[in-house]
Amino acid sequence: MQEDNCKKFSLRVDDLGYSIGQNTILDKVNLKVACGELLAIVGPNGAGKTTLLKAILGELSYSGSVKSTINNLQNEKYRIGFVPQKLNIDLDIPITVMDFLLISISNFPLGFGVNALRKKQIIKALEQVAALHLIDRKIGQLSGGELQRVLLSAAITPLPDLLLLDEPVSGVDPDGLALFYKIVNGLRKDHHISIIIVTHDIAGIAAHADNMLLLNKTVVAHGKPEEVLANEKLMLTFGPNLWNVAAVVDFNKFNSKKEV
Amino acid sequence: MLDLLNYDFMKYALVAILLVSPIFAILGTMIINNKMAFFSDIIGHSSLTGLAIGILLGLKEPLWAMIALAVLLALAVGLLKKITNSSSDTVLGVLFSFVTALGVVLLSSGGNFSRYSVYLIGDVVAVSGEQFTWLIIIFIITVFYWIIFGNRLLLIGINPLLAKSREVNVFLVEISFSILVAVIVVVSIRLVGILVINSLLILPAAAARNVAKNSAQYMRFSIIISIFSGLSGLLIAFYIGTAAGATIALVSAGIYVFTLVVKKWN
Repeated sequence: MQEDNCKKFSLRVDDLGYSIGQNTILDKVNLKVACGELLAIVGPNGAGKTTLLKAILGELSYSGSVKSTINNLQNEKYRIGFVPQKLNIDLDIPITVMDFLLISISNFPLGFGVNALRKKQIIKALEQVAALHLIDRKIGQLSGGELQRVLLSAAITPLPDLLLLDEPVSGVDPDGLALFYKIVNGLRKDHHISIIIVTHDIAGIAAHADNMLLLNKTVVAHGKPEEVLANEKLMLTFGPNLWNVAAVVDFNKFNSKKEV
Repeated sequence: MLDLLNYDFMKYALVAILLVSPIFAILGTMIINNKMAFFSDIIGHSSLTGLAIGILLGLKEPLWAMIALAVLLALAVGLLKKITNSSSDTVLGVLFSFVTALGVVLLSSGGNFSRYSVYLIGDVVAVSGEQFTWLIIIFIITVFYWIIFGNRLLLIGINPLLAKSREVNVFLVEISFSILVAVIVVVSIRLVGILVINSLLILPAAAARNVAKNSAQYMRFSIIISIFSGLSGLLIAFYIGTAAGATIALVSAGIYVFTLVVKKWN
């Protein structure tokens, strides 16, 4: 997976734990993400998935460690791109896609115009996620899929070493879903960004992820998607309903792959 | 029309309104974006308690006690938010009731609360030289704060974790904004009054939001609406003999309704 222009970024999480009072949210979480790897984190509601992302973002005081390596150097400063699950905004707030990208990449105050260089950068970012036509729309009025692509374009400007996506496809229609996965795949192919994606769309992500991690306060299973999905623990964690969805969609896919 | 400029106090009042209106407009958009309207209202009402403490301490200028208490509250709410990860309406509601009640009890203990009613409804024509200095200072600070931290604050309002991922010091930006709001609200209380100060902060920005197509327009419309209602409210108040702060708030409310209609029309 490591190629010429790969900065050989990798992330290692060791024995990460986090609790609020008596309540353990995360316990002894270990994981590793290589350069250009797409790791999918799945698990039931309340499994601590978003908390794990917050820990990686440095928002929480956790036990254990989160270590990065770039070009064999430990704990160099690295850039994180983050796509949150949702925004805290009112739907009619007059913040356009252009405004949003401007405040994301620059501290130059809104309302004083945009210089040509910055505008070019924003146009390029939106083109990358097939969202240039949305530039003057208000962010509160985008569809789920459109908003996620706009958030993604901000997260990859400038290009990060690590991209964290928190439930990026919840509430996105199938076409939007396919487009989103296509863009994310393109990012790792072209730029070798390491990607961690938290998702409920087990069926959809299994076809794209290098590895899958089943989280339920601690790591229940970690490996290739087909291995994790074949794991009985998945059923215990998710209950039979989700298991059925995963089984029907994915195993057909994997079976047909094997036949070829 | 121009005869009112023959009165010195009206000249001062006009200049005071011209200073305070854009401050409120800029602050108002930021307060709405970051959902802090309740907070600014608490700060306004805390002035009663601050005033009482100032008088009890025998301060010549109770404004200092009012500012100190407001800043303390801003810090307390900010820390509360950091610790609990939310600033729940319930906790803020309790705080609101507490500071208001305490202020009223302390100020009414001598039996002449009415002496302080100027703080409730404000008196813009009684603006003093010292207040002018304060207004000019906070005007400059507000503009600089907006230029330096405006984008970061807006990003925090959109999603704090997203702001954090872009290396914004969320706690520092939020707490400094709270302190700025606290100081500005308290300094302006004498002019416009506790009862309507939050309307003056929120209404121009809320009206601008109805018709603005982007952030730049949002800020510009808010400033224009705030200055327009400030000046026209002051004139109306002068001619019909009403409290200026409340009259300005009514003009703003009228503009708000108008923008609502325009928004539905489009």
